[in-house]
Amino acid sequence: MKIIKTCLTAIISSVMIFSPMAYADKWSDQFPHIKATGDIPGECSYESMSKKNYKGKTLKINTHAVPVMGEPTALHAEQFAKLTGAKVDVTHTPAGDLYAKAMVPFQAGQAPYDIVFGFSNFINDWRRYLEPVPKKYVEMKQMQDVTPSHIGIASWDGVMYQFPVDGDRHYLKYRKDVIDNPKYQKKYKADTGKELRVPRTWKEYGEMAAYFNDWDWDGDGEKEYGSAEVMKKDDLMYAAFYSRSAAYSKNPKTPGGFFFDLKTMKPLINNPGFVEALTDWVEATKYVPPGGINFGLGDEIGSFGGGQTLFSFSWDDAFVAAMQPDSPINNKVGAAQLPGAMKVWNRESNSWDEGFNQAPFFVWGWAVGVAKKSKEKEMAFDYLCFFANEANHQADIGIGRFGVNPFREADFKADVWTQIGWDKDIAQSYVDTLAEMEKSKNRVFPLRVPGTFEFNAALATAAAKALAGQLSPQAALDEAAKQWEDILNRVGKDNVRKAYAVGVAMEDNKL
Amino acid sequence: MNFKHKYVFLFPGLFVLIGILIFPIIFTIRLSLSGWNSYTPEMNFIGITNYIRLFTDDPRFWESFFRLSFLSVSTVILQYIIGFALALMVWREIKFKRFFRVIFLIPMMTTPVIMTVIWRTFFHESLGPVNDLLGNIGIGPILWLSDPVIAKFTVIIVEVWQWTPFMFLLLLAGLLSLPKEPFLAAAIDGASSFRKFVYVTFPLMAPISIGAIIIRLIEASKIMDTVFVLTSGGPGTATETSSFYIYIKGLREFQMGYAATLSFTYLVIMIISLTIIAKVLTKLMIKE
Repeated sequence: MKIIKTCLTAIISSVMIFSPMAYADKWSDQFPHIKATGDIPGECSYESMSKKNYKGKTLKINTHAVPVMGEPTALHAEQFAKLTGAKVDVTHTPAGDLYAKAMVPFQAGQAPYDIVFGFSNFINDWRRYLEPVPKKYVEMKQMQDVTPSHIGIASWDGVMYQFPVDGDRHYLKYRKDVIDNPKYQKKYKADTGKELRVPRTWKEYGEMAAYFNDWDWDGDGEKEYGSAEVMKKDDLMYAAFYSRSAAYSKNPKTPGGFFFDLKTMKPLINNPGFVEALTDWVEATKYVPPGGINFGLGDEIGSFGGGQTLFSFSWDDAFVAAMQPDSPINNKVGAAQLPGAMKVWNRESNSWDEGFNQAPFFVWGWAVGVAKKSKEKEMAFDYLCFFANEANHQADIGIGRFGVNPFREADFKADVWTQIGWDKDIAQSYVDTLAEMEKSKNRVFPLRVPGTFEFNAALATAAAKALAGQLSPQAALDEAAKQWEDILNRVGKDNVRKAYAVGVAMEDNKL
Repeated sequence: MNFKHKYVFLFPGLFVLIGILIFPIIFTIRLSLSGWNSYTPEMNFIGITNYIRLFTDDPRFWESFFRLSFLSVSTVILQYIIGFALALMVWREIKFKRFFRVIFLIPMMTTPVIMTVIWRTFFHESLGPVNDLLGNIGIGPILWLSDPVIAKFTVIIVEVWQWTPFMFLLLLAGLLSLPKEPFLAAAIDGASSFRKFVYVTFPLMAPISIGAIIIRLIEASKIMDTVFVLTSGGPGTATETSSFYIYIKGLREFQMGYAATLSFTYLVIMIISLTIIAKVLTKLMIKE
């Protein structure tokens, strides 16, 4: 009897111990995308979704073109359809048209799509047409792990309108095999008298990029260049400009606005801080690859990820792409915070404050919401919750082309990345960089006011004119500031101020 | 007899005309008098505010219009010259005439957006084959897409490549329909090929040439896909054309009311300028 009891106990214990694994295997057999982790229990796990029945219902989604965000949307739609019996129609749209494709039917009172993908800075224009994320999703376990910055980005005045599926920020990527190479460190010191190190300031960045420009420094028989940057007008280049401007213009001593002075709503984008950044950027046209002035985000990812340049800075995608096993520079890259500056403009004293300043830019990223007029809201939120469940999320963040980047505390652990083949020190530098940005008290958040598109487009056009040599940096930014004044007058200063105050509160660490 | 019922037969055509032509124009005019944008999603009435903004405070539109004029006139002139030369070539009795006729038409049969993507790849300054080939003979790299002046010529190259076949087709059809007698008379008089072209072929082809040029000018003035894919209007605003600018204002910045103002103004300017161009061409090319 004792033997039988012991055997039974052993069998029951084994079942209890190994049941999660058996659970995981069951789903990863059917869905190889999550083979690394298997299903991870949760409210929106594969197991949970399989218990839902949406047979006979159709979910319509408008997302970005394949692969960035479009590919994971389609993949998870297919998985969701298999699990729940729903029919899921996915429409792919170029990035530049995502806004209008949702906005036109929104304004006409229609809901051709239940779920609309866009950028997080659409939130102010879209929120009146989006259904707030229901409490049960906001309070669920997988949401509790989302960083406060990304909860803030997905929310407006404390109400979450966008379901967090992606986390974005701009940071520096560099060729570790060059910057940490003693041979090049010695040569750089001998030739310039300066240390070759991860650049602390944009000036250092420029000097190193210029030094390593237009010669074959990795011995592959091809010339390499200094930096790959998003400089193409209308292709998110304004984000790159804000990244370069933050260190010169985000002064922790002068809270109350980075883009505007919140009190007066005077545009700040033509102050000496921004002009200095644009002057640096014009200089950068000399150390980008030929044609680099026309690089969009895809070109930047391809250029740095393909081993063509020493530096790059923008979203995570270029870094993750560079770390893919098939990349020529796999495990040869490093991450660091955006360079800083040795001076920052003080708009109150109207002078430069000397000393090191750094300001991370929490640039907008992919965002997604459910249309208020959708007739399938529950299914839509279930899909989004499933999209971002822990198993999918862990698989997605390791695939550079997916455009899904870290936004949960759990992502900031080096183990997550070493498991997919990253060297330990690279993984550590990556997660440290992201975590430090989260901790910073001098952050810049994207402009999220009525007319955001007009403001950014005016700035991009002006900056593009400066890069193309059509205008001087000061004249270009004066032109942009004048246009910002015109937009303010059209939209209404108070409307913009009210919306801008929300972003400023985040920047000033009041939210 | 009372033929009033005949008007009943006009109604279907009239309704279609109103539906597809008159209504959109009237709607555009009404929209142009509104401030419809992302933050004011309604057809409010703001009078001629948008028109005042356009004529007093939007130099970018006028710059893009003059750029468009340069691009469309230069591409159409080149297309006419090359198209005419090719048409004359295959009009004569040459070997593989049919083969050449098909070959010359291929660019026009391809999808403009896809071909522009391919051209963009060709002209990519650091990764494209054009600079690679030129580099082998010690030239370049040429900044095909990132130099403000060269980028305009790159757009012209792509447009000429894509649409010369259309000109070729119209002009070849014209050449094939010319009467033979004037050419026989010229041959009997011992006229050289050059004199035959100047005094017989060209004058006889004038009406067709004017039609072809006007059709191509109308098409070229709508240039959008080439600019959109090849340069996105850049570098800076160096290749931005009117239609691309209107697209940015309307569908990127969502200034629907203002974009309607630009569209209607553009339509009026085009109607006036193309009418003048047609009259001038007729005066220059057709001798009574």
